[in-house]
Amino acid sequence: MEIAVCVKRVPLVGSAFMLTDDSMSIDTSRIGATLSPHEENAVEAAVRLVEAHGGSITLFSVGGADAEEQLREQLAIGADRAVLIDTEGVEIDSKATAALLAQAIKDDSTDFDLVILGSESADSGGYQTGIRIAHALGRPVVTNVKGLNIEANRATCERAVGSTREVYEVTLPAVITVLDGLNIPRYPSVPGRIKARKKPVDKVSITIPAQTTVRTTLRVPVSTSKGATDLGTGPDAAKALVEVLKQIGVMQ
Amino acid sequence: MSEVPSKAKVVVIGAGIVGNSVVYHLAKLGWKEIVQIDKGPLPNPGGSTGHASNFIFPVDHTKEMSELTLDSMRQYKEFGVFVESGGIEVARTPERMQEFHRRMQSARAFGIDHSSLLTPEEIKEIVPYIDETIILGGFQTTSAGVVDSLRMGTLMREDAMEKGALTVSANTEVLDIVVEDDRIKSVVTDKGEIECDYVVIATGCWGPKLAAMAGVSIPLTPAVHQMKDIGPVPMFLDAKSDIEYPVVRDMDTNMYERQHGTGLEIGSYAHRPILYKVEDIPSNAEAALTPTEFPFTQEDFDIQDEHALELMPEIVGDESIGEKYAINGLLSLVPDSMPILGEAPNVKGLWSASAVWVKEGPGVGRAIAEDMVLGVSEIDWHGEEYSRFQDFQMSHEYIQARCFEGFNKMYGIVHPSEQWESLRGVRVSPFYEREKSLGAFFFEAGGMERPQWYEANAELVTKFGDAVMPRTAEWESRWWSPIINAEHLQLRETCAIADLTAFVIFDVTGPKALDVVQKTVVRQMDVAVGKTIYTPVLAPNGGFKADLTVMRLAKNHFRVVTGGAHGMADKKAFANNLPEDGTAHISDQTSGMTTIGLWGPNARLVLESITQDDVSNEGFPFASNRIIEIGNVRVLASRISYVGELGWELYVPVESGLALWDMIWEAGKAHGLIAAGAGATVGTGRLEKSYRAYGNELETSYNMVEAGMVFPKVKDQDFVGKDAYVKHRAEEPTSILCSLFIDDHTSSTGEKRYPLGWEPVVTREGELLIDAKGRRSFANSAGSAPSLGKHLIMSYLPPEYAKVGTELAIEYMGDRLPCTVAVVGSKPLFDPENERVRS
Amino acid sequence: MMLVFADHDRGTIDPLTFQALTFARNLDPDVQAVLVGGGGAGLDVTAAAAELAQYGAQIVHVVEIAGYSDYAPLAAARALVELLVSTGAKALVAASSARGNEVLAHVAAITDRPFTADCYSISIGDPHQIVRARWAGNLHEEVDVTADVVIATVFPHSTEATPAPAAGTLKEFTATVSEHDLAVRVINRIGASTGGVTLPEAKVIVSGGRGMGGPEGFTILEEIAGALGGTVGCTRVVTSAGWRPHAEQVGQTGTKVAPDLYLACGISGATQHLAGCKNSKTLIAINTDADATIMNHADYIIVGDVNQILPLVLNEIQASKS
Repeated sequence: MEIAVCVKRVPLVGSAFMLTDDSMSIDTSRIGATLSPHEENAVEAAVRLVEAHGGSITLFSVGGADAEEQLREQLAIGADRAVLIDTEGVEIDSKATAALLAQAIKDDSTDFDLVILGSESADSGGYQTGIRIAHALGRPVVTNVKGLNIEANRATCERAVGSTREVYEVTLPAVITVLDGLNIPRYPSVPGRIKARKKPVDKVSITIPAQTTVRTTLRVPVSTSKGATDLGTGPDAAKALVEVLKQIGVMQ
Repeated sequence: MSEVPSKAKVVVIGAGIVGNSVVYHLAKLGWKEIVQIDKGPLPNPGGSTGHASNFIFPVDHTKEMSELTLDSMRQYKEFGVFVESGGIEVARTPERMQEFHRRMQSARAFGIDHSSLLTPEEIKEIVPYIDETIILGGFQTTSAGVVDSLRMGTLMREDAMEKGALTVSANTEVLDIVVEDDRIKSVVTDKGEIECDYVVIATGCWGPKLAAMAGVSIPLTPAVHQMKDIGPVPMFLDAKSDIEYPVVRDMDTNMYERQHGTGLEIGSYAHRPILYKVEDIPSNAEAALTPTEFPFTQEDFDIQDEHALELMPEIVGDESIGEKYAINGLLSLVPDSMPILGEAPNVKGLWSASAVWVKEGPGVGRAIAEDMVLGVSEIDWHGEEYSRFQDFQMSHEYIQARCFEGFNKMYGIVHPSEQWESLRGVRVSPFYEREKSLGAFFFEAGGMERPQWYEANAELVTKFGDAVMPRTAEWESRWWSPIINAEHLQLRETCAIADLTAFVIFDVTGPKALDVVQKTVVRQMDVAVGKTIYTPVLAPNGGFKADLTVMRLAKNHFRVVTGGAHGMADKKAFANNLPEDGTAHISDQTSGMTTIGLWGPNARLVLESITQDDVSNEGFPFASNRIIEIGNVRVLASRISYVGELGWELYVPVESGLALWDMIWEAGKAHGLIAAGAGATVGTGRLEKSYRAYGNELETSYNMVEAGMVFPKVKDQDFVGKDAYVKHRAEEPTSILCSLFIDDHTSSTGEKRYPLGWEPVVTREGELLIDAKGRRSFANSAGSAPSLGKHLIMSYLPPEYAKVGTELAIEYMGDRLPCTVAVVGSKPLFDPENERVRS
Repeated sequence: MMLVFADHDRGTIDPLTFQALTFARNLDPDVQAVLVGGGGAGLDVTAAAAELAQYGAQIVHVVEIAGYSDYAPLAAARALVELLVSTGAKALVAASSARGNEVLAHVAAITDRPFTADCYSISIGDPHQIVRARWAGNLHEEVDVTADVVIATVFPHSTEATPAPAAGTLKEFTATVSEHDLAVRVINRIGASTGGVTLPEAKVIVSGGRGMGGPEGFTILEEIAGALGGTVGCTRVVTSAGWRPHAEQVGQTGTKVAPDLYLACGISGATQHLAGCKNSKTLIAINTDADATIMNHADYIIVGDVNQILPLVLNEIQASKS
């Protein structure tokens, strides 16, 4: 089974966001980078599928040259090679990003049975890249997948609705987008790291496509800090808490 | 949230292991109104303590660091947060095996009795997951262990709070440190201002930022130490505690591996030095983990992965074991790799306890607290003194360059004389070009380029033959040349010119100058103008803080001349006694003056030939100074010598220095003058004269009586350490400084070996000598005494051994070389009656 | 005119849809809702349309698609594409729910238009000026979007759903839907409801973090949640450690909730978690660290050890009930 996984390098943020002086991006000078969380699950799912069915995994990423760091990390997890669509640091909107990824997947010498993405990226959260890629490739897409089983060219996918799970079935080749909780991603091993150093990362140069969505500024919303009422400590606090529960009407 | 107290005696900034230890010991010594603040949350405010690997290998090649570490281990044990896991350093190279012999020496000299050398097979028994086929052996210290530094900190704070001495304010950021009239006034925080007498900066890698608020510099740089934790390791699944196997240090790859619960922690100092500026550190809120846990950069660790795999293939090579945690952890680096402790050179009440590691944290906390409360600490730490830095050593470029170079020496085999490569030639004397043309081999002294020997004198080696005591072993030949001994012998035969520009020189002036000098030094300074006095400076406990010379140039004008390496700290010793009212001042002359030494039997002949002034023994007696004219240069000449010869130190403004050098050089041709390097004029010359050196024989752990430096009278005037000195004079010393000759240099391999200093001095049977105060005997100095044809050791010996003729031994590189006590006390072995100096 | 896609599961309209209707109404009072179904289980068109009308839907387009099952995203999108053409709507809006985002992304992909998810405000023009969420709302981004029709979802809880009864005239619409459009559809439902309250609909969520110490720490949370008719939530650390099922995770990559009461126990307040719970009406935090981030986002705080305080709280609740 040939699998493509699309991943994105995003800043590794703490509990406060600092912006650059022009308010156009996050100031990453003091912080690191990581993958969008769902994508770790995407790679893990791919690795498990290849372990079970054979095949190989190709990573695709739209980003700057520094995204190689995240690609190497996932190569250490078990992906076989990577294609980095180098934007030279220019940020690209969701629509154009999907077009670039779809083109790279089409152009690749491998015919992919499955393209896996995270449901949405941690930073832009556009909820669309996977779906647009599916349309561009003319393939079905199941999103928000939290359970995945593939047998004989059929993918059975589960997604959560309330306390129940919906089941979808789709014939490969297909695109799926996955959610945190699909699996518990493994950590890279040292032998994995050593192997990853020799795996190919192909950089693809592009001309930056036209954008239909253009950022004008970023803002850190005013803190929602509420100046909390201290209910005290110990048994008195328990009493005070229950009083609050009564006031807000949750003690029926 | 809550406000901070508006007044305190001391504000300790930082709640890592160092700050916590400082508040604990201050409270224990009786101080109240201690306020401790940290911008992060408790118990882990997010500094280097929070991600420290927490293991302690006590063996170090410096006595001070060994003692601070041993004291820390004792404290960790006292609080029940020490697990004695043992530790093994492994060698992959023969050079490392020799280094292990040296570590055995340091262990035994500095009080660590649980070290031994192991074979690869023995290591395999203890650490079953090691590949013993790639190692040659190991150095084991069974008393090494792992501590819980965060828990320790909490317990220490709680103890101080129970005493009612401490208020802690976490999540409190310092916005400013207010200094008024060169004295601490207050600390401004985001929760209010705290007026206080003292501030202790114990903030690790944030030190430079806080120092800048007070208008000073703490010359350290945040730097990355990489580590990763892999697991769960099947072999460790049954581990009952955090540490059950010894910590392994893979010295030749600059790495360590330790079992940590079910994981294996792999740490490295082998990667490229990654230095940051303090502005690069994120806030607690901005950081994904803590501010000092930077994202791991795998590409810097690629080689280390392979090294770890080589040593522990069974675990590291297991594909099912993942990296659970990996960070680029920040720690603090200092240009000379030592902590920065003590009061700031120019702000009263501002203290630093910076660049301190978990292994020495509690010991440093105690030492700092004792110094603050009692004026001196039990453990000497002169090499760590904040005031040791020259101004240029606090420049960003200097810090970055030296820390960059020093980083990979962390586990290196560092020769005691090893010289730095980066940023050389920053400070040069006026004679630098002359020296270069004479083939000078430069060492650095206080940042100054100082010739150690001159290749131009190579022919003297032939002249003196075996008297230069040639060495064959690579280790003792490193950073050494037989030319040093040849220059020594020639100096004693004719005369030599020496570049002494590295001296630190400062003037004490003003109506109360005499009081300041009297208060600071041991000897009587109310002497005639024109006298030059050599004198120790003591700590309150009667131990040594410095030794130096003071010239009285005028009624209210004293000039102090002292060594380059520690001179800036000596200056602070005087500054501590300046009156508040401005009636005395200190002005630094170091960069304005240059000094030439002219010594040897022919020194007077040379000087006479270029001056009209009377330089006869009567006209210019020993220990006097005055202005003489040489050509058109007015020279302050002082008749004193550190090599035990007739001669002068000649002080002139820097711009006149070269002219003076050239005049002496020309005149000297007729009298056999050579240029001699510091190897002879600072090293060998003083040894055979039994002259003591600060930092070797002299430090706060030893007193005047023990050092054999008792002067006939104690002056009436008060001075620092007087009470202790008077008391010591009335007591029998528990150790006495002696000089010993090595009787036979032949090692077990048949090669002649020459100890370099700091090796244990033991009985011929190998028994350690420990005095009544628990101090061990070791070579405070060791080196050639060419005029005596011997290799000489200076060592403090218990009275029962301190007898001429006592047969002892020195442990060196795995052998015991026999030696014999040659003199007890300070009587010189060469020219015992000092006829040459006074001729 | 604003077209609003109504997200419903078997006829139960996702409350976020009412927020989307309110949002759209504020842009243009002429709001029309779209209800897509397959005549399958649970969808009572009249009742659902009435609810939509309550929040301002002038017209409710009802699209019945054979074989739609509970949900077939591409088929729904196909219907919306046709409705956009036939109605000439200048915007298509939905709740930022799993289905809302999915269906609108399909519409955008089919029509090659931009799609802007998680919006706070839209100013229609050329270009459209939109404020949207990044990092699950931790950052606000202002963007200029060039498009003939705005396709956007509304950031959950950024607009309060306010009723504004309208006609809600039912209009049936027949869409041209191919077999291909129905290839991806719900074919089964598993893990039938346990009868308990689910996170998105719970009025009371009693949530635990790393400070609970381990899976056994959650027993008391279950008891308190039971006593208050609520449910248990947790943080990502807790699910990663395997202490609780992922379905209970609240946060950026879990469920985003807005209950009447969110009782955060032993939770420090990581960005990722706060993104999922900060719209709670009342947030009460219990933590040993008075300076934990969560304390700054809480309405009430108790500084202390959850293991000591929670049993007392349970006792008080039980005593006060009896």
